[in-house]
Amino acid sequence: MVAQAPGTPESAKPDGYGGGYGPLPGGDALRAEHIGKRFGAVTALVDINLHLAKGEVLGLLGDNGAGKSTLLKILCGFQQPDTGGIFLNDGQVTLRSVDHARSLGIEAVYQDLALINQLSVYHNMFLNRERVRWPLLSNKSMRDTARTHLNEMGINIPSVDAPVASLSGGQRQAIAIARAVYSDAKVLLLDEPLAAMGAKEVAIILDLIGDLKRRREVSIIIIAHNYGQALEVCDRINLLQHGQITFDKPSKETSVQELNDIVVAEYRKALEDRQRS
Amino acid sequence: MSKMTEQGGTLLLPDGTPGTGNGTGDVLRRGLGVFGRQREATILVVTVALLLYFGLTNPTTFVSRTNFVDLFSENMAPIAIIAVGEVLLLICGEIDLSVGFIYTMAPFIMFYLNVYYGVPALLAIILSLVFGLVCGLINGFLTVTLHLPSFITTLGTGFILGGAALYLAHAEPKSIPPATVGYGDWIGASPWSQTIWAVVIVAIFAVVLTRTRWGLHTIATGGNQLGAREAGINVGRIKYGNFMITGVLGALVGIQTAFYINTIDPLAGGYQPMFYSVTAAVIGGTAMLGGSGTIIGAGIGAVALSTLIDGFDVVGISANVVMIVFGAAILGAMIANVQLTRLRERGRT
Repeated sequence: MVAQAPGTPESAKPDGYGGGYGPLPGGDALRAEHIGKRFGAVTALVDINLHLAKGEVLGLLGDNGAGKSTLLKILCGFQQPDTGGIFLNDGQVTLRSVDHARSLGIEAVYQDLALINQLSVYHNMFLNRERVRWPLLSNKSMRDTARTHLNEMGINIPSVDAPVASLSGGQRQAIAIARAVYSDAKVLLLDEPLAAMGAKEVAIILDLIGDLKRRREVSIIIIAHNYGQALEVCDRINLLQHGQITFDKPSKETSVQELNDIVVAEYRKALEDRQRS
Repeated sequence: MSKMTEQGGTLLLPDGTPGTGNGTGDVLRRGLGVFGRQREATILVVTVALLLYFGLTNPTTFVSRTNFVDLFSENMAPIAIIAVGEVLLLICGEIDLSVGFIYTMAPFIMFYLNVYYGVPALLAIILSLVFGLVCGLINGFLTVTLHLPSFITTLGTGFILGGAALYLAHAEPKSIPPATVGYGDWIGASPWSQTIWAVVIVAIFAVVLTRTRWGLHTIATGGNQLGAREAGINVGRIKYGNFMITGVLGALVGIQTAFYINTIDPLAGGYQPMFYSVTAAVIGGTAMLGGSGTIIGAGIGAVALSTLIDGFDVVGISANVVMIVFGAAILGAMIANVQLTRLRERGRT
C-alpha cells in the first residue's frame, strides 16, 4: 500500500511554476518524481520516477492495467496525481488542466480523438486556432500554411482540402502529430501511435518521429505495446509494471528478447501465485 | 494531353475510352463529376424535376404569380427558415422538436405585450423574438447543462409551449394588434416578404456554416465531440448558441405567418412545420447523426417539399391521398440521397 502523503504544495504563482526548484539537471525536458495515484481501493500508480531528456524519444511499455494511460493522463494535465510532482524546464508545475499543460508546451495526441473526420486537413490543423479576418475564416492563409508545414515535415497527403475521413490511419496520425508540433509543443505524449496500423502506415509514423528526433525541437514519450516498433524508434525504454517503472535502459542496450523475458516472468509469477492460493 | 497507351492498335486513354483528345465531352464529364460530388446536387435535380413536372402539366394554374406566392412565401419560407436552425442543431448532434411551438407562442407574446401591457409595437415584436431566444436558452440549459437528450428536452418544452398558447388564448385566435400592422409588410404580410427573408437567412447562415469559426466549431462538435473538446472548443456554448438561433428563427416564422394570414392562431405551428423543416434538412443532405450538413441543401429541400405540397394542391389530389404520396416522396428522395452518397464515397476511396 502506498502511504497517502499529502499532495505536493500547490504553487501560488499564477503561471503554475513553484518556487525553490532550479532548472532540470542535464537538460531534461520533463521529469516526474514519486508520482502516485489511487482510484478508491485501486492503486494505479505507486511511485513513478521518470525523466525525459531534451530531444529524446522515450518508449513507455507495459501491459494493460500497468498504469500507462493513468500516467499519460497525469502528464497531460487531465488528472492530478495524489502524490509526487512534475517538473519542467523552469521548476515544478501543477498541471491544472489539459489546456494549462498545453500552454506549458505539453501536448498529448490520442489516436482516435485527435481529428474531426468531416473537416478538411487544414481546418483540422488550425482547429480552434483558426485564422480569421472577422467575421470570415482566412481559409487561403490557413491552407497555404498547412501545406507548407506538412511539406516541411515530409508528410505526404493528396491535398490539404481533403476531408480527414478520406485519409489512411497513418496519414491521420501524422496530421495529428503535425498539428501538435505546429502548436509549439515541446513535449509530445503519443498514445499508441502505431496501434491497429499496417506496415506502410507504421512506416509513415516512424519516419515522422525519426525526423522530429533529428531536429531535436520536441521531446517525445511514446506509449506502445509492440516492443519491436518501440525499439525501432525510441532512444530509451521504460517498462511499467503494477504502477511502477521497473526497467530503464537505452534501446541499444536491450532487445525484444530481454523485454519479453521480463514480461513472461511476470506472467509466470502471477500464475504461480494464483495456483498457490 | 493525357497519357495514352497503345492497345490493340488503337490509342486508348488511361480509362480505356478511345482517345479523341480533350474535347468538350471530357470537360462536360468533369463538370458533371464536380457537380455530382456536391451534396446539394441530388436534391437540386429532384427539385427542378418536380417544378418542371408540375409546371408542364399545369401550365396555367401552377405557373402563376398567385401560386408562386403560395408556394414560396406561404409554404417554402417557414420550412426553409426553421430548417436553417435544425441543420445547425442536427450537425452538432441535437434536434429541436419544440421550435414549432415557439412559432405558435411568439405572436401571442407580441399580442399580449402590445394590447394588454401597452408595450410599443416594434418593441413587442422584438421582445417576442427575444422570447424565442429564451426558449432556445432553456432548451440549451436542459440539454447541455442538465444532460437531457435534446429529443426529450424539446418534446417536453414543446408540449409546455403548445399548452401555454392554448391556455393563454383560451383556444381562440386573436387578431393582429392594430399598432403592429405598420410593420406587417416588412415582416411577412406583403406577398414576397417571407420569401425574401428566407433567401437572406439561408444565404447568411450558409456563410456562417461554411466560412466562420462558429460553423466550423458546429461541425467539429457534431463530428467528434471529444476531439472538439480536446482542441479546446467550448462544445456546450456551441450547442446553447444553436438552440438559441433556432428559437429566434422559430419565433420569427411565427410572427411572419401571423402577419401573412392576418390572424394569431393557437393552432398554427406545432409539429408539422418542425417535421417539414427536419425533412427539408435531411433530404437536402444533412446527416441525422451529426457532423455534416448543408444550409443551401436544406433551402433547396424546402423548395422541393413546398413544391410537392403546393403541387398536389394545384393538381387537386384529394387531401386524404396527399399524405401517402408525400410520405412516399420523402422516402424516395431519401433513398436516392443515401444511395448516391454511398456511390460518391465509393468513388472517392
